[in-house]
Amino acid sequence: MFDINIMALSGQLLIGLINGSFYALLSLGLAIIFGLLNIINFTQGAMYMLGAFVAWFGLDLVGLDYWAALVVAPVLVGVVGMLVQRFLLRPIANENHLYSLLLTIGLAMIIQGFFTHLYGSSGLPYAMPEALKGGFRLPFMYLPMYRAWVVVAALVVCFATWWVIEKTRLGAYLRAGTENPQLMQAFGINVPLIVTATFGFGVALAAFAGVMAAPIYSVSPEMGANLLIVVFAIVVIGGMGSIAGAILAGLLMGVIEGLTKYFYPEASSTVIFLVMVLVLMLKPAGLFGKEA
Amino acid sequence: MKALNKTLLTAAVAAMLSGAALADGISDGKVKIGVMADMGGPFGDLCGRGCVTAVEMAVEDFGGSVAGAPIELVTADDQNKPDLGSAKAREWIESENVDAITGLVNSAVTGAVSQILTDNRKPALIATSASNVFTTSQCSAFNAHWTYDVVALANGTVKPMVSAGKKKWFFITVDYALGHKLEETASDVVAANGGEVVGAVRAPLGTTDFSSYILQAQASGADVVALANTGTDFVNATKTAAEFGLTDMIDLVGLLVFTPDIQALDPAVIGGMKLTTGFYWDYDDATRDWSKRFIERHGRIPSMGQAGAYSVTMNYLKAIEATDTDDGETVMRYLKTHKPDDFFARNAYLRADGRMVHDMYQVRVKKADERRDGNDIFEIENVIAGDQAFAPMLAQCEFN
Repeated sequence: MFDINIMALSGQLLIGLINGSFYALLSLGLAIIFGLLNIINFTQGAMYMLGAFVAWFGLDLVGLDYWAALVVAPVLVGVVGMLVQRFLLRPIANENHLYSLLLTIGLAMIIQGFFTHLYGSSGLPYAMPEALKGGFRLPFMYLPMYRAWVVVAALVVCFATWWVIEKTRLGAYLRAGTENPQLMQAFGINVPLIVTATFGFGVALAAFAGVMAAPIYSVSPEMGANLLIVVFAIVVIGGMGSIAGAILAGLLMGVIEGLTKYFYPEASSTVIFLVMVLVLMLKPAGLFGKEA
Repeated sequence: MKALNKTLLTAAVAAMLSGAALADGISDGKVKIGVMADMGGPFGDLCGRGCVTAVEMAVEDFGGSVAGAPIELVTADDQNKPDLGSAKAREWIESENVDAITGLVNSAVTGAVSQILTDNRKPALIATSASNVFTTSQCSAFNAHWTYDVVALANGTVKPMVSAGKKKWFFITVDYALGHKLEETASDVVAANGGEVVGAVRAPLGTTDFSSYILQAQASGADVVALANTGTDFVNATKTAAEFGLTDMIDLVGLLVFTPDIQALDPAVIGGMKLTTGFYWDYDDATRDWSKRFIERHGRIPSMGQAGAYSVTMNYLKAIEATDTDDGETVMRYLKTHKPDDFFARNAYLRADGRMVHDMYQVRVKKADERRDGNDIFEIENVIAGDQAFAPMLAQCEFN
């Protein structure tokens, strides 16, 4: 079990980082919605699935290619998210958090059930875009071009999002608007609009990840439900609401999961939850979270 | 004279007894068939609502009544939960007078349901389950395992490859009973034909990213990588294998693949893969005629489970018509002594252990440029005689 082969290990580390960047992208959307809006959004998995389905619709029905889908899917799904926030979540915004949590769980099940009813559970084919076929032969592994693209795209989007929220004036409004809405309203900032837009953006990130997933993972109604719980665990590990925490925890958990797949694959679906339990016991606010 | 009298008497008594059996006729004046399957979950496309459609077609084709009694259908979603399936089966039998249950996908559910059916002496018309336990460790006089099992698939797919010199095998196995069974069965076939298993990884059910396992498989020096999984796991693993260039150098095979899984993959990814199936819609005119009717109603090509559900229902009804009773024991005996012959069951017979032995098909998945349309997915390379595909009968499972 422990006859460690450096070449193989390097391959597994790289794979872990790739998956980690994917996790980072997914957990970032959740962390924004939770951190800024205090909504535990269980529709995030369904929105990820919707993103992949928009890509499939585009390619299959209207000849919209992968690159266009990367823009169109987040926009469309983002609009869906804004409608959900405006008409379903806003009316219960002042209730206990459990209300929005239950509402999003129910909504996610409805969306998933609807798509299963229409398209079955087996999934739909999605071709790899021509420009991203092929790969690089590294000394220790074959790196598909698409995975290299996933890392670059995910990290760029993550960093840009972090930078906007933490370092720009717009981000400052956003954080202030959720910290003290009355005061911001008094300054003439349209806080409800900011809240709706933020929710839409968080959801759009999930749709973006969904399009990224379409060429490499099964495009099926259940694709989001499988990932969502893992991603929640990652957000908890990073520290609920911490933007940087979600990104770093995503990368870290990708690597840990990757190594588990090498040393003891049977545990690879549980290792993230094990880490989550440890983190909650030792540092309840999460690795990068602010103590409440 | 005395002897003759005795013979006459015996004959008279025999006639009376069989008359009594006939008088049983159709219990409660109707024949009720239950279709149980995972309707909306991960196995929903393998049988599910398509099986309901197939069974409905069989009932309609039969004319809606059998031996003068109307045929009724009831359906249930077992959600892949054995407790749910057995509760429903019990309710059907005890308060709704259901005479037989078909569909039956998830092997754990089928095990629980067939036990209840056996206790009540009613047939389990198993259309889609993969496990071979229903004709081995859990065999019963009331099981009719119709479509395929893991042994037939492993024999069909693995044997020719090992014989052709692909000796070293690596398994990517889903880590629960089904995967273990597929790996074990296929490993046996590998070993029996002079090959060796060079490695295996156990991936948890619902794994999204298989790249780590694909790297391990690539490094193992195997000639063939076998996917001992099904459904979404199979789809994800196959996509990743193609992406990482595994299929450029190593053969990739699926040990339990259904047509919806093939259609969930881009031809560039799955084209060329070899596998074994119990049915293909485009085999000949008979399969095409039936399948076209099915597609008109269901919208998708029939999976082997759905075609099997039609065939087993049809033959069950024929047995009732011929024997004039829906008594489970009589019907099973009839099925085992009268060879089924329809678009699905070729060179077929229901063995005494409940295994329906019939032709199986070695197929190759067509590449994009070979396909007429999205439903044109297989090239049939070889027809395997049932006796070559299925495992021999165990002595303790020989029921009459």
